[in-house]
Amino acid sequence: MSTKSTKKSAKKPVKKSSKPVSKVRTKKAKSVVAAKKPAKRAVAKKAVKAPQRAAAKAKGKAAPISSTAEFMVHAYAMETEAAERYAEFADAMETHNNLEVAELFRKLSRIEQRHADQILEQMGWKQSPVSAAGYRWEGIEGPETADPTELHYLMQPYHALQIALLNEKRARDFFANLAKVTKDKGVKAGALEMREEEEEHVHLIEGWLKRTPKPDANWQTDQDPPVLAD
Amino acid sequence: MTSSATAAPLTAQAYKSDYKPIWCPGCGDYSVLSSFTKAFALLQLQPENVAVVSGIGCSSRIPAYTNCYGFHGVHGRSLAAAAGLKLARPDLTVVVASGDGDGYSIGGNHFLHACRRNVDLTYVVMDNHVYGMTKGQPSPTTEPEWESKLSPEGTGLREFNPLVVALAAGANFVARGFAGDPNGTAELIAQGIKAPGFSFIEILSPCVTFRPEQREWKNMVRPSSVPSTDDAARAARRLMSDDGMNIGVLYKGDRKPYQPPVGKGKHRPSDLEAEFAI
Repeated sequence: MSTKSTKKSAKKPVKKSSKPVSKVRTKKAKSVVAAKKPAKRAVAKKAVKAPQRAAAKAKGKAAPISSTAEFMVHAYAMETEAAERYAEFADAMETHNNLEVAELFRKLSRIEQRHADQILEQMGWKQSPVSAAGYRWEGIEGPETADPTELHYLMQPYHALQIALLNEKRARDFFANLAKVTKDKGVKAGALEMREEEEEHVHLIEGWLKRTPKPDANWQTDQDPPVLAD
Repeated sequence: MTSSATAAPLTAQAYKSDYKPIWCPGCGDYSVLSSFTKAFALLQLQPENVAVVSGIGCSSRIPAYTNCYGFHGVHGRSLAAAAGLKLARPDLTVVVASGDGDGYSIGGNHFLHACRRNVDLTYVVMDNHVYGMTKGQPSPTTEPEWESKLSPEGTGLREFNPLVVALAAGANFVARGFAGDPNGTAELIAQGIKAPGFSFIEILSPCVTFRPEQREWKNMVRPSSVPSTDDAARAARRLMSDDGMNIGVLYKGDRKPYQPPVGKGKHRPSDLEAEFAI
């Protein structure tokens, strides 16, 4: 690869989506409450599932979600990991003086964290039910966690929303698939409800994107680029 | 006064400093920083009992972004500083952060002998196959055909294979992680810290500015299909034939960590001070 081609691909536009600001997840609390009651009954089954989880972990794979309690732990982990990643993005954008996008990511982070806090409160958990190292997902990261390599220091709110949109779509698909494959009625009900919520968020962000100015073709142009030109 | 209240467990956030990282947006090192703090939280280490030591380069900025003790040292010399620290203060958990240029080129000799000495350190190398901080020169792990302004026809040089070298030199724990898998990498770092002796963890950490094609790594890495082994020769054979994209713990040995000989020598700083007193 030549320096030229490297530069070209370094400036490749952000492909993924993003997520809107405040009104995104107002209903999530509802699904949490719905899932709460069966969750407590399901806790007793945890010990039985422990070897299964340990085996999955040893293989570097996600454990199957087989109870409502496990489902809620997943939901919590998904929210916190998404919040952490958006906060990381906001920090990066602030450092590079892209304050408009930084603020957007900061809002997204706050929204995700609020949802996580709601789950914590409504489940009555005193502390995070997730290991300090985070959750081990089927893929590399949680379905709602943004891909860290898609940032660009000159990106615009439109790009940030594209990233969020992709995250919401992945979350929706995750719950849809879970609802399809699970044999647990509580998990199925919770997954279906969450799928609907995520679908709602997808529509919200799509609407947001329509109201957001599209970047012009030269949005990546930098008179003083980080990669040296020949 | 006694209190029955139990202290809340430390979260990853407790290990982060107030400084915001200065890396390119999209850099893998953000996630590695997250893995460091998650690993410390997983082990519930007290920040004041941890020292993060580094050399020079993008990856070596990490100590400033943690709330632990830190030492941002000289280019390539992080392992020498860290070994000295660990031997002087064996009670500390010493973690060393480096990159492929700092660790394998300028610090290559220290790398060999750190593996050989087997001091109880955890060495984390963020490998992006390029010198990022100095604008994209080929590093020891750069592919021979990679062209850049400084190597217009590629280097033509075979890549350094740090994991195999670490095994041959005597590292006691060898693992490979991926920055895009911060949770998995946190577990690897925690295992490396717990393992006695010299633990070497190579982390594939994309440089999206100078090696944008490394964005594809997320589609290429996979958990190692075989469990870790305690047979260094077997581990080396596996590593020599893999494509560099298998992640997980690859080797766990049982060598005892290096301990300085105890004799009649001068071991306390005050003994040395006395020697130089005028």
